[in-house]
Amino acid sequence: MGKLISRLGVLLLFTFSTLAVSAQENVQMADGMRSNGKIYVVVAVALTILAGLFLYLIVLDRKISRFEKNEN
Amino acid sequence: MRRSWWKILSVVLLVYTFIGGFLFDVPRLPILNESIRNLHFHVSMWFSMMLLFIVSVVYSIKYLRKGNYGNDIRAAQFAAVGSVLGILGYATGTIWANYTWLSDQHQSLSSVLKEPKLIGAGIALLIYGAYFVLRSSFNDIDKRARISAVYNIFAFAMLFPSIWIIPRLVGSLHPGAPGSETGNPALNFNDIDSRLRIVFYPAVIGWTLLGVWIATLKIRLQILKDKILING
Repeated sequence: MGKLISRLGVLLLFTFSTLAVSAQENVQMADGMRSNGKIYVVVAVALTILAGLFLYLIVLDRKISRFEKNEN
Repeated sequence: MRRSWWKILSVVLLVYTFIGGFLFDVPRLPILNESIRNLHFHVSMWFSMMLLFIVSVVYSIKYLRKGNYGNDIRAAQFAAVGSVLGILGYATGTIWANYTWLSDQHQSLSSVLKEPKLIGAGIALLIYGAYFVLRSSFNDIDKRARISAVYNIFAFAMLFPSIWIIPRLVGSLHPGAPGSETGNPALNFNDIDSRLRIVFYPAVIGWTLLGVWIATLKIRLQILKDKILING
């Protein structure tokens, strides 16, 4: 029981200390970008590039498989 | 196309990385600000590089034990993809450092150029560069395979002092060094936030699997080329 209480105490202390830190520092983040939703455009663009890369890989993979079939 | 579960896993994990990496809540850190999201891209490049180099050196040792020529091809192609990821890690690191060290911390250019982590990583990549120079300088296939396998073990061994040990002994601006408490107070990877971890670990696995995918393609292509060369 004593162990549990001391653990809880440490946890509480930790939470308060992190709260204190976040209250002190006013760190600039891209909150505006998130609030008007434009960040989704960036995600869409990045995902398109990723999809293109994967498509390219799949095409290459298929091509090599075809050659392997011809060789054997 | 060879259908494998890990290729699908790679796609799924990287899509998750891009969505989670851009949209999930991240800790508010001074100097780094939103650029902490680079963790899922810049840092995972190095992690994947390390994993691919481990695979490469294992194949080199296998080659030296049994003399199976296929293992020499595998070692070389895994090292090649690992080096590409390493170069990408270096390139992304320069962009990141430009904004966090030079612009925000007002470090002088000379202190950034003296940065032990950058020098160490540069040395490590150059040692792997020499591996490919060495490979291409042999006409004899057996000699090339044997000597470059031995060199690959040396190159792998040099990774540890150059990118893991020395930057941690000397003070460094880069997170993870003893000097980072003074040099870069913003981020200590020992207590990296769990909000980052839920994207970062899948990102490492996803990028590594992508590297493995590319490496297997290169290996199959090289084996095909050699077959054509032998059969005429």
